[in-house]
Amino acid sequence: MLRIENLHATVAGKPILNGLTLSIPAGEVHALMGPNGAGKSTLAYVLGGRPSYEVTDGSATFDGQDLLALEPHERAAAGLFLGFQYPVEIPGVSYLQFLRESLNSQRRARGEAELSGAEFIRLAKAQAATLGMDADMLKRPVNVGFSGGERKRAEMVQMGIMNPRLAVLDETDSGLDIDALRSVGAGINSIMRAPAKAVLLITHYQRLLDYVAPDRVHVLTEGRITRSGGPELAHQLEREGYVEAAA
Amino acid sequence: MTALPTRKLEAFRYADIAALASVWSELAQPERILVSAQQRLQRIWLPNDEEVQVRRVEMTLAANASAHIFALNNASRYGRIELDVSLHDGADFALDAANVGAGNSTLEIVTIVRHLGVASTSRQTVRSVLGGTATGSYMGKVAVARDAQQTDSVQSVKAMLLDRGATANAKPELEIYADDVKCAHGATVGELDKEQLFYAAARGLDPASARALLLDGFVGGLWERIEGDDLGIANLARSALRAVA
Repeated sequence: MLRIENLHATVAGKPILNGLTLSIPAGEVHALMGPNGAGKSTLAYVLGGRPSYEVTDGSATFDGQDLLALEPHERAAAGLFLGFQYPVEIPGVSYLQFLRESLNSQRRARGEAELSGAEFIRLAKAQAATLGMDADMLKRPVNVGFSGGERKRAEMVQMGIMNPRLAVLDETDSGLDIDALRSVGAGINSIMRAPAKAVLLITHYQRLLDYVAPDRVHVLTEGRITRSGGPELAHQLEREGYVEAAA
Repeated sequence: MTALPTRKLEAFRYADIAALASVWSELAQPERILVSAQQRLQRIWLPNDEEVQVRRVEMTLAANASAHIFALNNASRYGRIELDVSLHDGADFALDAANVGAGNSTLEIVTIVRHLGVASTSRQTVRSVLGGTATGSYMGKVAVARDAQQTDSVQSVKAMLLDRGATANAKPELEIYADDVKCAHGATVGELDKEQLFYAAARGLDPASARALLLDGFVGGLWERIEGDDLGIANLARSALRAVA
């Protein structure tokens, strides 16, 4: 479903990704781990199409389509969801308005009918309930006054509403307490564990992987994958650290 | 009839005098509004289709009267809202106004709020969204008379520039002769936040819709205090923002 080959990318002229190759078939969850500064978030942003993240070589395709040729909003309409490590505040714009307009923009791009206000609210309430979030929070401005945990939960509610085929989740587990971690993990499983979907889970720690069991684990070091393995690799990393495990 | 002002006058410093000349004969005399003691007034000033729209109003609020003005200033060539407000004991005045300009338009909001009696309050909130080579200005003077103790006045002025050629002017001015007063003012000029734009794009919003949504968030709060469910100005502002986004 996602195929990344020999990807090189720079940020402000500085090389961050140096020949990264990674494939995620449909139906699988892959975890991407690695030390600070290895390029994990850069990979997420490059896949999402963030301006100023420049791809200098290599390719990334999503179901055979050249992902890098698409604008960020076109990638979302094609079925990619990028979960932010630091979800952004938008004062003055309610979550309901933001998500309804976003979803309908995606639906227009796909030639689907837009959802009415009532249909959208029903969908949003159902997704909020799945993630254990009070639906009234969606009346508030986007992420304004939300705690770190609430933001991450809200990211998962957004993912449930958008119902993507491919999710790239950038440290969705950071800043979560045990209960929030459990419900975010359950949310990822219920939304994304399906034969036609795939997840790239970027994380520092093993603990999210206790709730979302990965099919494969990759280690990113200095901008390329230096090791790949099954779920047991995450445990080994947790025990031995990145330096030793990569050796 | 009063002579046409020139740009040497501070209150007309940024004005489009040629445009003003085309309507001056009708409005050399400002409209006068008196709000009697204890009375409350709400006015919503909607734009019309004219390319030059100028509104000059002198308003007096008697003791404990209140007035709340909502205004959208978005004439395609020149829009000017000029308010001279006198507040007596305990009177309360509020202005919530937006300049939304594109092309080469000149938009301005020029106010003088005179706190004459004790314990009067005023609040002015102005948001400008300017694209193309539009110019949007707010010049707001708050004058507190010698006996106008316990005056409480706030001015909040923010502008968003969408293009390199757009200009925003903000000039809050205080003239205070009493010693027990609160007069706050703040002014900012900025541009759309790139992080917010990327976040919206990542959720699937096309660029024009994302800009319009962020601008709606920037301006929309102005209309929240309208009493009754008159959403006409909010809807007009939204479509004006969509047009400049």
